[in-house]
Amino acid sequence: MRLQYPTNIEIIKVPCTGKVDIIHLLLAFEEGADGVLVAGCLEGDCHYQAGNLRAKKRVQRVKEILDRVGLNAQRLEMYNLSAGMGTRFAEIAREMNARVLELGPSPIRLAKASKTMAKAA
Amino acid sequence: MIKAVPKPLEEIIDLVKDFHKVLIVGCDGCVTVCEAGGLKEVQVLGSSLRLYFTQAGQRMDIDETSLTRQCDQEYLDQLKDRIDHYEAVVSLACGCGVQYLAERYHDKIVYPGVDTCFMGVDLERGVYAERCQACGKCILANTGGICPIARCSKRMLNGPCGGSEKGKCEVNPEIDCGWQLIYDRLKILGQLDRFEQPVDPKDWATSRDGGPRKIVREDLRL
Repeated sequence: MRLQYPTNIEIIKVPCTGKVDIIHLLLAFEEGADGVLVAGCLEGDCHYQAGNLRAKKRVQRVKEILDRVGLNAQRLEMYNLSAGMGTRFAEIAREMNARVLELGPSPIRLAKASKTMAKAA
Repeated sequence: MIKAVPKPLEEIIDLVKDFHKVLIVGCDGCVTVCEAGGLKEVQVLGSSLRLYFTQAGQRMDIDETSLTRQCDQEYLDQLKDRIDHYEAVVSLACGCGVQYLAERYHDKIVYPGVDTCFMGVDLERGVYAERCQACGKCILANTGGICPIARCSKRMLNGPCGGSEKGKCEVNPEIDCGWQLIYDRLKILGQLDRFEQPVDPKDWATSRDGGPRKIVREDLRL
């Protein structure tokens, strides 16, 4: 299809979004990710019955945590699309990228960078 | 099992904000089953606190661990070589675990990370209901296996009060009337004649009326 989507997105493959736990999402932010996009199958289409519904709940929980710890819940979003919807994937990748660019760099990444620079100096 | 819920993150942040080295200790027992204080919850709390203090620009080292049980000395002893490295400990065990940890390491600041609620059952994942109040003298044999102490809001012993309406309790229409449940069950069991025998007043000395309780089983002691 040769669709274009932003190159700053790192894809982490999992067998099902049901594998994505709360701690995985939090660790991504701890590592300095500016935003995280969870791409699950369409609701009602999970091959493992309810994996994407579990992920939806966990994403919601992490959004609440992000707001409480001073990050913005907008930095995390879950989208539902099938493996055959390449055009839609490129579209949401661009959408999420634009959202994160507007939010600016993660305060965690900035804090880590300034700590590294202080050490170097 | 004992049921608990995680304390709000803001409350825990407030407790530990003046420290720089904090250990979060989970419990692999009851609080793991109700997903309030097991290793997973320890990791989520640890990560959340690190995110908060990092963005706030405050130095905070947080370590995480979980013990098989916090209500047993031998498992608490597993912390003895490392606990001195920390200024404070957040325990995600039930109230018993938090207290026993504080008792074992009596010069260490120990904070609770969960609110301990009751002894109950899992109705479904994420839905827990109280079933026992540990009164110390079980009467379930006479009440169709349904406890009027735990299930009746007034702990009535001889039948429902006037607030029982259409099988629900006047305290909250979402609560089943404990005595309606007992009646229905005794009817199924063909034991409705139990209602014809008044029950003597309960001896609450085995409950909290006798102060903090203790069990001494000489047959188990060495």
